[in-house]
Amino acid sequence: MPANKQLRENIRLMQGNEACALGAIKAGASFFGGYPITPSTEIAEYIAREFPRLGRYFMQMEDEIASIGAMIGASMVGHKAFTATSGPGFSLMQELVGYAAVAEIPLVIINVMRFGPSTGLPTMPQSGDIMQARWGTHGDHSIIALSPSSVQEAYYTTIRAFNLAEQYRTPVIVLLDEKIGHLREGFDISQDPEPEIINRSDFVDQAALAQGGKYLPFANTPDGVPPMIPLGQGQRYHFTGLTHNQAGFYTSDAQQVETFIHRLCHKIEDHVAEIAELEQLQCADADCVILAYGAVARSAQEAMDDLRQAGHKVGLLRLKTIWPFPAAQIREICAGKKMVLMPEMNMGQLAVEAKAALSGSGVAFHSLNQVNGRLITPAVIKQALLENQAKLIGGAC
Amino acid sequence: MEAVYEKYFRDNLPHIWCPGCGNGIVMSALARALDKLNYPQDDVLLISGIGCSSRMSGYMDLNTVHTAHGRALAFATGAKVCEPRLKVFVVMGDGDAAAIGGNHFIHACRRNIDMTAIVINNSIYGMTGGQFSPLTPTGKRATTAPYGSIDRAFNLVDLAKGAGATYVARGDVFHAAQLTSLIVEASRHKGFAVVEAVATCPISYGRYNNIPEPADMLFWLRDNTVTVQQAAKMSEDELKDKIIIGKHFETQAVEYCEEMARLLAKEKAGDNNEI
Repeated sequence: MPANKQLRENIRLMQGNEACALGAIKAGASFFGGYPITPSTEIAEYIAREFPRLGRYFMQMEDEIASIGAMIGASMVGHKAFTATSGPGFSLMQELVGYAAVAEIPLVIINVMRFGPSTGLPTMPQSGDIMQARWGTHGDHSIIALSPSSVQEAYYTTIRAFNLAEQYRTPVIVLLDEKIGHLREGFDISQDPEPEIINRSDFVDQAALAQGGKYLPFANTPDGVPPMIPLGQGQRYHFTGLTHNQAGFYTSDAQQVETFIHRLCHKIEDHVAEIAELEQLQCADADCVILAYGAVARSAQEAMDDLRQAGHKVGLLRLKTIWPFPAAQIREICAGKKMVLMPEMNMGQLAVEAKAALSGSGVAFHSLNQVNGRLITPAVIKQALLENQAKLIGGAC
Repeated sequence: MEAVYEKYFRDNLPHIWCPGCGNGIVMSALARALDKLNYPQDDVLLISGIGCSSRMSGYMDLNTVHTAHGRALAFATGAKVCEPRLKVFVVMGDGDAAAIGGNHFIHACRRNIDMTAIVINNSIYGMTGGQFSPLTPTGKRATTAPYGSIDRAFNLVDLAKGAGATYVARGDVFHAAQLTSLIVEASRHKGFAVVEAVATCPISYGRYNNIPEPADMLFWLRDNTVTVQQAAKMSEDELKDKIIIGKHFETQAVEYCEEMARLLAKEKAGDNNEI
C-alpha cells in the first residue's frame, strides 16, 4: 500500500474542541468539572461520553466557580483535573485561579475564547482573554497559557498543558480561538512518536521520604517548584490561600512572604526558555515579520505565502506559548528586521508585550487590530503589511 | 483536655479565636467525635471555607484544606468523588455556607455526596468585625444593621432538608456532648449530612445585642434551646425565637459516589474503551 494511501486511511475529520478532549484523555486527565458554555461545550460532551468508559470522573457542576473548586479538590488528592469554558465562565473562575496559583495546584483550563466583554457577541471569535489569562486574578503570580493554531496542534497543546501543570505545579490555560475550537479538519497522529506524559510523582524523591525525610509541601527548592504529594497518602499537611511558609501554614513574616511571592513568579518566569515554544517560518531572510498566534496565525501564513510569491521578504513568527511571554526570544529572532506586524483579534492585548519586547531594537512595530467578530483574513494582513512598510520603513520589504 | 485528644491537634496553637468564642467548643466536639469514630487520621480530610471558624483546618492534625470564601463544599466535592475512601468533614461559617457559598451548599445537599458539613452559626460575620449574615435573626443588630436587620433569615435546617440533604441536625455550643454525638451520627450516615452548630460570638454579636459576656451567651443558649422532642409538643407561639436542637431529619437516598461507581462499572463492562 502506498504511503500516502496509508496516511489517508488514518486521517479522521476532527473538531478542535474534540481534539482537546482527546488530548486530555491521552494526558491522563481523570477529573472534569465543568459548566456548559458555548463555544466550549463539545469538550464537556465528549468527556461526559468517554470518561465513564475509562473509569474516570466527569461532573457537571452548579457554576464555573464550583467547577474550578472541584478541580482543585480533585487535584489535591492526586488527580489530573481540567475543565472547558469560555470568557464569562473564565471570569467566574478567576478567584480560584488565584487560589490554584498560590496553593500551587496543577490544573488545566481550556478556554475557548469568545467575543466579549460580558455576553458580548456570542459566540463569534475574539482573542479577548489574553490579558485575563495573565492578570485575571488579583496579586502577583505567574501563569502558563498556550495557543494552538490547528486541530492537531490543539491535541498536542492540551497534552503539553497537563505536562506543564504537573511539572510546574500551576494552573495552565489553553487559549483556544473559537475558530480553532469549532474548526473541523484532518487529524492524523498515526505516524507521530508517542507523546511524553509527565506526572507530578516524577518529581517526588520517594527514597528520601522512605528514609523518613520530612516532606515540605512548599519547599524553596532550587528550581522553585516543590514536589507535590497528594493529600490522603500519608503526608498530613495543609493547603491554604493565605501566604504560607514552606510547611504550608499561614505566615505574615515579611521575609517569608517576599520569598514566597518571588518563588511563585520566578518558578515560571525563570524557565521561559524551556516553556515557551515559537515557530519560525521563513524568518531567516525576512525583512518583515508577522507576529501572530492562534487562528490568526493561519491567515498570517497565507498572507506571507502570497507576499513571498510577489517578491516580498516576509516571515511568520508564530507564538505557541502566550504566557510566560517569550520577550527575549522574540527580540533575538526579530533583531535586524525592518518591521514587525502583529495582527490580533483584539485591541492589541499582546501587542503591548511585543512592543515592549522590541522597544529600543530599532525594529518598527505595527499592531493590526480587528474587533468585529470575524477572523482577520489574509487580505487584511497583506494590505496592512504593504501599507505600513511604506509608512514605517519607507519602502518594500 | 484529656491527653487522648491531643493527637488531633497540630503544635501551632494557640488559635486566633477571641476569648469566649464558641469555635473552640465545636473544634473539641469534632476531635471527640473523631476519637469515637476511630478513623485513621491519614484518611480524614478536613476542608474549611474562610472566616473565623474556617481557621480550624489549620489547627487539626488531619489532611486539611483552608479554601476560599464559600467554596469549601466545591473543593470537597472534587476530592471526595475522586477518592471516596477519604472521610470528609467540611467546616464553614454561617455567611460562608449560606451567603457566598449558598449555591454550593444547596447543590451539595442535592447531590448527596457522603460527607459531613458542619456549619458554625454564630449569627454574624466575625472576622470582618460583625456584619449581619443570612442567619442573623431579623431585628438583631450588626455593624451593617445598626438599627436591627430587616432581612429575613434562612432556617438552615429547612434549607438543607429542602435542598435534599439526607441527614440534618442542629446542635449548639452549650450542649457540647450532644454536638459531639450529632457529628458522630452525621459522619456515620451514608450521604450528605449537615450539622448546624449554633455558636457564640460575644465580641461581634453579643456586644451589639445586649449579651456581651461569654458566659451569659452560653446561658442564653441554655435557656433558649429546646430539643426536637420538646418542640414537637410546643405551639408556634411557644417556639418563637427558640432554637430547636437535635436530629431534625434523616433519610436514605442514593449516594453520589456509589452511583458514580455503578455508572463506571456498567459502562466499562459494556465497551472496549476504544475512542
